[in-house]
Amino acid sequence: MKLTVAMVARLVALVLLLAFLFAPSLFEPLLRPLAGPRSPAIYNQGSLLSLTLSHIGITIAATLAATVLSVALAVVVTRDFGREFLPLSRSIANIGQTFPPVAVLALAVPIVGFGTKPTLIALFLYALLPVFENALTGLTTLPSSVREAARGMGMTGWQRLTRVELPLAFPVILAGVRLAFVISLGTATIGSTVAAPTLGEVIIAGLLSSNTAFVLQGGVIVAIIAVLSYDALSALERKAARRLGRPATAT
Amino acid sequence: MIEIENVTKRYGDNTVVDDVSLRVDKGQVAVIVGTSGSGKTTLLRMVNRLVEPSEGRILINGQDTRDMPAYQLRRKIGYAIQGHGLFPHRTVAENIATVPHLAGWDRARIDARVDELLSLFQLEPQHYRDRHPVQLSGGEQQRVGVARALAAEPDVLLMDEPFGALDPIIRAKAQDDLLDIQRKTGVTVLLVTHDMDEAMRLGDRIAVMAEGKVVQYADPATLLVKPATDFVDNLVGTADRPFRLLSLRKVDDVMEPGGADGGEPVQPSTSLREAYANMLWQGREALPVVDASGAAIGQVRLAAISRLAARPA
Ligand SMILES: Nc1ncnc2c1ncn2[C@@H]1O[C@H](COP(=O)(O)OP(=O)(O)OP(=O)(O)O)[C@@H](O)[C@H]1O
Ligand SMILES: [Mg+2]
Repeated sequence: MKLTVAMVARLVALVLLLAFLFAPSLFEPLLRPLAGPRSPAIYNQGSLLSLTLSHIGITIAATLAATVLSVALAVVVTRDFGREFLPLSRSIANIGQTFPPVAVLALAVPIVGFGTKPTLIALFLYALLPVFENALTGLTTLPSSVREAARGMGMTGWQRLTRVELPLAFPVILAGVRLAFVISLGTATIGSTVAAPTLGEVIIAGLLSSNTAFVLQGGVIVAIIAVLSYDALSALERKAARRLGRPATAT
Repeated sequence: MIEIENVTKRYGDNTVVDDVSLRVDKGQVAVIVGTSGSGKTTLLRMVNRLVEPSEGRILINGQDTRDMPAYQLRRKIGYAIQGHGLFPHRTVAENIATVPHLAGWDRARIDARVDELLSLFQLEPQHYRDRHPVQLSGGEQQRVGVARALAAEPDVLLMDEPFGALDPIIRAKAQDDLLDIQRKTGVTVLLVTHDMDEAMRLGDRIAVMAEGKVVQYADPATLLVKPATDFVDNLVGTADRPFRLLSLRKVDDVMEPGGADGGEPVQPSTSLREAYANMLWQGREALPVVDASGAAIGQVRLAAISRLAARPA
């Protein structure tokens, strides 16, 4: 890989992020001016590192679960036996997206209680649509000659799915996963309003005590993780698409 | 051998293939021609059961195609289509290995077969094996498509406008290659095309379809000189008819002793159409015929060719 300016910038961002998470005190002089005279400049109500890890963990878990369900659903509604459910499944996934995440949190808390669970549910519902839509696109836009050949060669339905359709749809599905993951990273911050351990805690603590330094560090950590993972997933997608000789569908 | 017996296909009230019977003997090339929408593709796809007939039955080597699951039947039948349908995520070798792989051949046998086919299609194995389809030209993709169809040594090869997307020069080459490989393998071929010249060139017999029916099934010369209906007459092309007739014969058929004085020589295997064109172009009444080594072996005269271009009495 060539060491471009963009690559250097990403590397620097990653190093700074790790440095901040493992030795936040190094950055104290930088953040000092933003904090009030008697307030701490570095978040001190918990470990930034463990908040970051659980933030990422919750996001990955929700996106992964949504991906599994969405792809499975997309596969079912693109088979002969499931095609009649295509419109229905589309509307369900759409409804999932039109619900504001805050509303999902509010509705989920009475049922599953405070903590990580309602956040997981909200992120999960939110991630369904982009992955589902992309999986559908990927599975329904295969060149018809390729489908015809797969059938004509004597592949069974399962062989066509696993050996031809899913591998070819992979880059497009991955684009949906990337979108879902990055949206979830941002949305996870509001999870801390129902006591999920995410970086939202840092931001809210800053807002409550009028400490801009807290707000900034919480926000910047989320932003850097979002940008880096977006880039990494895009690169993976391009690599997969190049192998197929077809460009990934932008979403 | 393919036997199509009273096969009909209906979609709702629409009869797309109407009581068709065709027989393609072992090692023969049968070509289906006809206007767009006449049911050629549907008929072809019924042979490997990509479409199930509404009525009638199809036998391959005497065995009813419904005697086994469709996917197993298809592994025994080569299938090549327009736009090749190569799997873009698989290498050339993996594409060709598709059916042998499904059929459970062992690694070594598959590898040997892939290399054998690549060589047969004049694609240097070392060079092409590990490329992806996007890294090939249209002509190369098409060759790999046919190689893939032949990979598991099928007795029967179905082709739906396999050369439709190729330019005229590459197409002519692909047709020659197909005939060559057909002779080497003895595979029975059923091929669909729009192109009458292609049909004449490839077909031992040609089936002309119109509105779901086969209106004539005959060898190319019969089609030209004894068209069964006006439709066939039109299709074989009134204006081109004498030239098409000539293109079915070779210099060998009319070669005479004696040496023509001068002129670009032709070979016994040259088509009469080409020899005729050469004479007209060079303004000569006769051309010398030479063998592969260039030694003169006789002559071919314009008058002799002209006689063959005329409607038989
Ligand atoms: N699945 C289907 N459902 C309904 N009608 C169909 C179906 N497949 C084909 N047909 C109809 O059957 C007729 C014949 O189609 P077919 O594809 O066999 O024609 P063709 O001779 O191959 O034409 P072309 O030369 O354009 O490829 C057409 O009128 C087409 O609309
Ligand atoms: Mg057709």
